[in-house]
Amino acid sequence: MNRRESLKSLLVGGVGTGLLISCRLDDDPDLSKVTDIREKDFDYGRTPEEAEYDEELMSKKFYTDEEMATILLIADIIIPGDGDHPPASKTGLAEFIEFITKDLPEHKTPMRGGLRWLDNESNQRFEKGFKMLSEDEQIAIIDDIAYPAEVKPQHVHGAKFFSRLRNLVTTGYFTSKEGIEYLGYQGNRPNVWDGVPPEVLEKHGLAYDEKMLKNSIKPEERNEIEDWKNYEI
Amino acid sequence: MSFQIIEQPVKYDICIVGSGAGGGMAAKILSEKGFKIALLEAGPDFDPANPEQRTQLRWPYESPRRGASTVRPFGDFDMAYGGWELEGEPYTKERGTEFDWFRSRMVGGRTNHWGRISLRFGPLDFKRKDFDGKGDNWPIGYDDVKPYYDKIDKLIGVFGTKEGIANEPDGYFLPPPKPRLHELYIKKGADKAGIPMIPSRLSILTKRVNKKRQACFYCNQCSRSCTVYGDFSSSSVLVNPAKETGNVDLFVNAMVREVTTDENGKATGVHYIDKTNLKDYKVRAKVVILAASACSSARILLNSKSSAHPNGLANSSDVVGRYLHDSTGSSRMAFIPSLMDRKRYNEDGVGGMHLYTPWWQNDNKNLGFTRGYHIEYWGGMGMPSYGFGFNMESLNSLVPGMNGEKKKAGGYGLGFMEDVKRFYGSTVGMAGRGESIPRKDNRCKIDNDKLDKFGIPVLKFNYKWSDEEVKQAEHMQDSFEEIIHAMGGVALGDKPGKESSFGLENPGRIIHEVGTTRMGDDPNTSVLNKYNQAHDVPNLFVMDGGAFVSQADKNPTWTILALAWRASDYLAEEMKKGKI
Repeated sequence: MNRRESLKSLLVGGVGTGLLISCRLDDDPDLSKVTDIREKDFDYGRTPEEAEYDEELMSKKFYTDEEMATILLIADIIIPGDGDHPPASKTGLAEFIEFITKDLPEHKTPMRGGLRWLDNESNQRFEKGFKMLSEDEQIAIIDDIAYPAEVKPQHVHGAKFFSRLRNLVTTGYFTSKEGIEYLGYQGNRPNVWDGVPPEVLEKHGLAYDEKMLKNSIKPEERNEIEDWKNYEI
Repeated sequence: MSFQIIEQPVKYDICIVGSGAGGGMAAKILSEKGFKIALLEAGPDFDPANPEQRTQLRWPYESPRRGASTVRPFGDFDMAYGGWELEGEPYTKERGTEFDWFRSRMVGGRTNHWGRISLRFGPLDFKRKDFDGKGDNWPIGYDDVKPYYDKIDKLIGVFGTKEGIANEPDGYFLPPPKPRLHELYIKKGADKAGIPMIPSRLSILTKRVNKKRQACFYCNQCSRSCTVYGDFSSSSVLVNPAKETGNVDLFVNAMVREVTTDENGKATGVHYIDKTNLKDYKVRAKVVILAASACSSARILLNSKSSAHPNGLANSSDVVGRYLHDSTGSSRMAFIPSLMDRKRYNEDGVGGMHLYTPWWQNDNKNLGFTRGYHIEYWGGMGMPSYGFGFNMESLNSLVPGMNGEKKKAGGYGLGFMEDVKRFYGSTVGMAGRGESIPRKDNRCKIDNDKLDKFGIPVLKFNYKWSDEEVKQAEHMQDSFEEIIHAMGGVALGDKPGKESSFGLENPGRIIHEVGTTRMGDDPNTSVLNKYNQAHDVPNLFVMDGGAFVSQADKNPTWTILALAWRASDYLAEEMKKGKI
């Protein structure tokens, strides 16, 4: 979902054209200097006003590269992925956190301040910024701020920051394609609902009573047009 | 620069302001009877099937904010163009009072995103004063409206079951979908607590009602508006057929300033501003129907001042804007430990709950409050969007981890990822939606100090809940805990107490605001007669929620539709007889 720049003749939304454009850009990397007309990064049914607002946010940059690198480093500590699924930083997280911080400005100061808190804490303990610490040193600090119920007084601000970042990273991951796959969400596609699978009902010691079974829609009847001939109220 | 009002060349039989439930219904019925109609909508054109406007079946990662509610109050994919705050269209509140005003500006209005909860008012709901001595009776009863409820059930489609409950009339129901797992859990708890749960009644097509609309394909996304018209919205089910008659001219982005009148005080049409070019226009018509939403219609009337109507149009009673009332609302979340580590399957189902609780204590007069509420439920393995996985630290120490050991709240790493996965689908929520008592002093009026960006005077609200509503919210919270405990759940967060009025939402938050142009037999205490016709102005009708005398604990849409159909039949007869 990186921003791409393209020629006006290719100004169309959608995944297919996106691919086409990346090929062209590969041919001529300087193309971006010829025009500032951009292909739409996102196409999800916006009104013109909404699209304009999205564009405006995307044209601005909040985090420095250094700040974002720290965010992604911690993100992968929070969500490291497993053998079959990538870590958080490989799921479009940088773009999401950059965007949402501008979209919900209440994140701005706590995020920036929290990153500073972290570097300051690292400096005090190890005389280096957080990114320069060894893994063990990083984890030592994170262990002090990752469990809000038992945090020491000198770490409360760090813990607040970590909870916020954990929220953003978790929500970013589980709303990404990869995260949804890890979670196992099965929906968002046309289907026919015919109740809870029998083995699940059994496992939970539950059952549909006779009335429910009798009254409920039979999947094979769903395309029939209802006629009310024998219906009485 | 010269200021000019451009007159539209056609003189219409009827001008309808607003294309939501009431306006859409009036447009359909009256255009099919052959009347020439101007249908004005303050927002842009919208058709749920238009691919450029589609949000249905989109994934959270298709939105850069992952569906967060920054731009649209119910999230990026919700199909309401608008919200509680509109740029350049403010409203004000009397100090110390609260009202949040939701406006959706688009063809079909709020019907494009609503919960599709389609409940009939019962016999008692029209005559509450007879029962508890509070508020007022409607000038009509259930039997007057029943034939129209029957007709809209068949025209639009609503699923449900015949239950024979006295104040929850049965209708022409399509078969309901089977309950989801968490709904069976809640029902088990509710049964134990003596609280009923029955199949919900939603205007979603589990079967088809005609060839133009397809059956529901169970994506759970009715709030995004259905591209195959598998649920009801005014845009797809009413406005489209109305346009097909060839008798309707649709004016979009038409922001109505006032109803114009002649020297006798009769309505002659409306004056509107085209939002795309900011020019002023007039549409002439023999009859004007306002269906712009309860508060917008009241605002138009109050702004239509003339020497014949110095207090605003149809307002000799000084009742326009008064008796404004919204549903009460309060909610609670719970965690069900035995719903952890669930087997994955697609349980999206229809958009909304498959079971709900109708009010069960009409016979109990010792509750400390009068008027009831119904309970709506949610939960399940739904599609994640912004906010998913937040505050895991409040959940993941509640139960032992996979290895049986107690976990510390919070954390990180693979164990944390697994927690998110384990808890997925184990939380449920419930919300009460109750009837408030309409009060003369709860009102909107014109703010004499403020204009919107079109130069139209804005509304000032004055609304306070009374003890009745607060006590009802307290009862809701008690009922929620009874259900949660009985189903083996853990109530989340603290129980809202007196300091927060038991979680009672601000007026306006439930978006069922009605009552501002109420009907009645006495022109001194009501704005409309029992056919939604203004007492003061025979060729002026209001066909939105403004006409309600009281709103029951039922969502208002089904009754707005029924009354609009009934009023349209009456209007057509009167025009035929030459009386209007």
